Amino acid sequence: MNKFVLLIRLVHRAETKVASDMLAIGERHKTDHEIYHLTHDFARWSRRHVDLLAEAGQRHGAELDHADDDSSWLRPVREKASELFGRRPETGLVLLRDLRELHLDLVGLSVDWEILAQAAQGVKDADLLDVAQTCHPETLRQARWTNAMIKVISPQVIAS
Amino acid sequence: MNADGPADRIENPWGERTPYGRGEAWPVRVDTHLADGIEPGEVERWAVSASLLHSNGDAMDIAVNEERIVGVRGRSQDRVNHGRLDVKDLYGWQANSSPDRLTTPLVRRDGALVPTNWDTAMSAIVGQARDLLSERGPSSISFYTTGQLFLEEYYTLGLIAHGGIGTAHLDGNTRLCTATAAESLKESFGCDGQPGSYADIDHADVVALFGHNVAETQTVLWMRILDRLAGPDPPSIVCVDPRLTPVARAATVHLAPRPGTNVALMNALLHEIIENGWYDEAYVQAHTVGFGELAQTVRDYPPEHAAEITGVPAERIRAAARLLGTTERLVSTVLQGFYQSHQATAAAVQVNNMHLIRGMLGRPGAGVLQMNGQPTAENTREAGADGDLPGFRNWSNDSHIADLARVWNLDTMQIPHYAPPTHVMQMMRYAEEGSIRFMWITGTNPAVSLPELARIRSILGDDRLFVVAQDIFHTETCQLADVVLPAATWGEKTGTFTNTDRTVHLSEKAVEPPGDARADLDIFLDFAHRMEFTDKDGAPLIRWTDPESAFEAWKVCSAGRPCDYTGLSYDRLRDGGIQWPCTSTDSPGTERLYADGQFFADPDYCESYGRDLITGAPFEEIDYRAMNPYGRAIIRAAGYQPAHEPPTEEYPFSLITGRTIFHFHTRTKTARAPELQSAAPEVWVEMSAADAADIGADDGDMVEITTARSAVQARLRVGGIRDGVVFLPFHYGYWDTPGGYQPDGAGRAANELTLTDWDPPSKQPIFKTAAANVRRVRDREERQVRP
Repeated sequence: MNKFVLLIRLVHRAETKVASDMLAIGERHKTDHEIYHLTHDFARWSRRHVDLLAEAGQRHGAELDHADDDSSWLRPVREKASELFGRRPETGLVLLRDLRELHLDLVGLSVDWEILAQAAQGVKDADLLDVAQTCHPETLRQARWTNAMIKVISPQVIAS
Repeated sequence: MNADGPADRIENPWGERTPYGRGEAWPVRVDTHLADGIEPGEVERWAVSASLLHSNGDAMDIAVNEERIVGVRGRSQDRVNHGRLDVKDLYGWQANSSPDRLTTPLVRRDGALVPTNWDTAMSAIVGQARDLLSERGPSSISFYTTGQLFLEEYYTLGLIAHGGIGTAHLDGNTRLCTATAAESLKESFGCDGQPGSYADIDHADVVALFGHNVAETQTVLWMRILDRLAGPDPPSIVCVDPRLTPVARAATVHLAPRPGTNVALMNALLHEIIENGWYDEAYVQAHTVGFGELAQTVRDYPPEHAAEITGVPAERIRAAARLLGTTERLVSTVLQGFYQSHQATAAAVQVNNMHLIRGMLGRPGAGVLQMNGQPTAENTREAGADGDLPGFRNWSNDSHIADLARVWNLDTMQIPHYAPPTHVMQMMRYAEEGSIRFMWITGTNPAVSLPELARIRSILGDDRLFVVAQDIFHTETCQLADVVLPAATWGEKTGTFTNTDRTVHLSEKAVEPPGDARADLDIFLDFAHRMEFTDKDGAPLIRWTDPESAFEAWKVCSAGRPCDYTGLSYDRLRDGGIQWPCTSTDSPGTERLYADGQFFADPDYCESYGRDLITGAPFEEIDYRAMNPYGRAIIRAAGYQPAHEPPTEEYPFSLITGRTIFHFHTRTKTARAPELQSAAPEVWVEMSAADAADIGADDGDMVEITTARSAVQARLRVGGIRDGVVFLPFHYGYWDTPGGYQPDGAGRAANELTLTDWDPPSKQPIFKTAAANVRRVRDREERQVRP
């Protein structure tokens, strides 16, 4: 069962990182309003995933943190910086880099969910399978969105 | 002159009733208004036209005496209005001869706009465009147009932007009014195109209006409904609106949800319809995909749960669901209460879903009308001036791009199709960060109509951005422009336009435009000529020279697509409006789409593969083919997500914005018609009696509405509106105030307050959920009050 706990920990860590990165990206790009609003919506999804994983971990004897609330002390700093630098063309490049990293994290997380779902079926753990089946589609939706935003902004950032 | 005197039409905008029963013909009633002292027999000539002051498409004749417009008369034989006219049309024509009209081009010299001639103005524009094209490429150039030009002009503008410049940055202000209508139709039916017909009102047993105050937005359609209500077998009315509108007063069931909760309400209605087995299983099986996911999603929305989210009592949700679920003839209409609110597309799609699962499409009395807000918005969409490609071609289908490249004789690489078209809010962002340097604005006034005006003014006023404003009056936007071009309007130029129910009308030139003003089409053709745009063989890219030849070229482009115009001609349209598709010269047009349960949704034919209703991310062709290989209608489900700016302790109210019957958009025309201006001269704010009492204010007091963005002052009208909700009309800007284009003292424009946020699938800005506070500042006698 040790391997199983390790796997849950791995997914939990990845999902926690994604949730916190989304908020940071949203705050850094507050002047890109769709990025700001949707990263905050998505962070809520991811925090719910973290909670579900923490509960699943508990059933397997692993102590995992529940999701933090979304108030980082850095938030006002990032938002102010976004407003100050939002008129400079380089912000587009920063946004592209941020979305690229987030997208790669989400793709990795999606693979992790896949492994977790397979493993849950292997040990016939219906509860954990249920968690994976609830969360994984949302990870895929998040990744489809980052990919779509990259597609939209990259020609403008690079070609103009 | 009609029995309804003009003064009565301000008092009673819908006029006298002409009752009729289900299945009968709607009686004719001809509305006329002529200038003082002119009798109908004295009119020298009449020019064929239709309304340009709302989206209903009411056909009319323009009266002309001594080369001046002297009035209007509804066309009795037209299928849309049977002779009736909206109150704005009865008086609005006077704006054409206003002394405020722009009559000469203006250019900015040493900070001030000064009169100039056309050659100087056009040379400045062309010089700027050429420099940017060579230095920064096509992505530095953008176009923002309207829902009030003519089809021929949109098609020309789309070709200039997509084919000539090669930029993806072309959008219309239809983004603010009908983007969600178009997106919801694409999601459900694979393609834009209004399923229903106005004539469905004649047959309906239930008319359901979702966020659609038709009594003020499409008054002639409301007259039709009122006449049914006054006749035998009247239909039941279901109204979803947080305000006690005239529609709500006439409703059998009125649901007044909290702003931003439409999806929860719709899911509860669908929950009841499915739970009670009121859906048409055979239709669902034969003609749709996706029912299972919908059934699963709405299982989580029993009325009691939705009641907690929406604030609508569960028993009232059940009563509405029973009407919607059991009638045999259901007409639904949807407008800004859904389109400009949170989760816009997801909510509008649920109305389509209701019709799909009940099989309520394509027969008399069974139809959906995803409404438009503007007279020519349908053309902006179909001709590709909203960024979509002309003829509802699919930007992510390579064979559609190849087909368009064939029609335009261009290389496919020249037509931008590597990503979804850029919507106006994204264009503003690119202008803000400095990657868009040129914005040509035609027939719209973003300095009043876009959200968060302080931001918009700072973008349009930025020295880095070269702004061209093409309009008929010196709007707030013109005052921020670098070049202003005086345009001709309705009655001064010829062209066609198409209303909400796909009825195409011809509008002929009745009089000459004032001064040096030019038709928008002529301005675009002049630009294309000066830019020397060519096709891939070196021939001129645009080969038409006037409205009728542009219309003929558009017919070629539309051939074989859902909005097929090939059977239409200016000659045919002189006799009255005809609904597309119309594929042969002897076809009467198409009353209803999807009569046979066949949709435009085939993977090879559809306009769009759809988007995720929550994230807005486009689906890929491979996803769409797997889900919908046979081109059935698509049932897409969505869960409720909370709005991005809920009320707080500091801002305890939900602010919504909207219209009054007497004005259109930013009042550029309607405020220049004395009757309309005096009917609604100044901004006001509506609150419930309980909320007014809470803040210690009385009807007529001056109150200040604040949000995290800014503040606006307005007279309080205590009225029928849901507690906790505040309504501000969006028409009032600054062109008739000392500030000119911005507040001088207290703000007046509703959009000072709105937040910058949009629906991810349709990119329609959200004007109907902002957290606000309200406080009393002066009593009705203008005495200051203590805070």
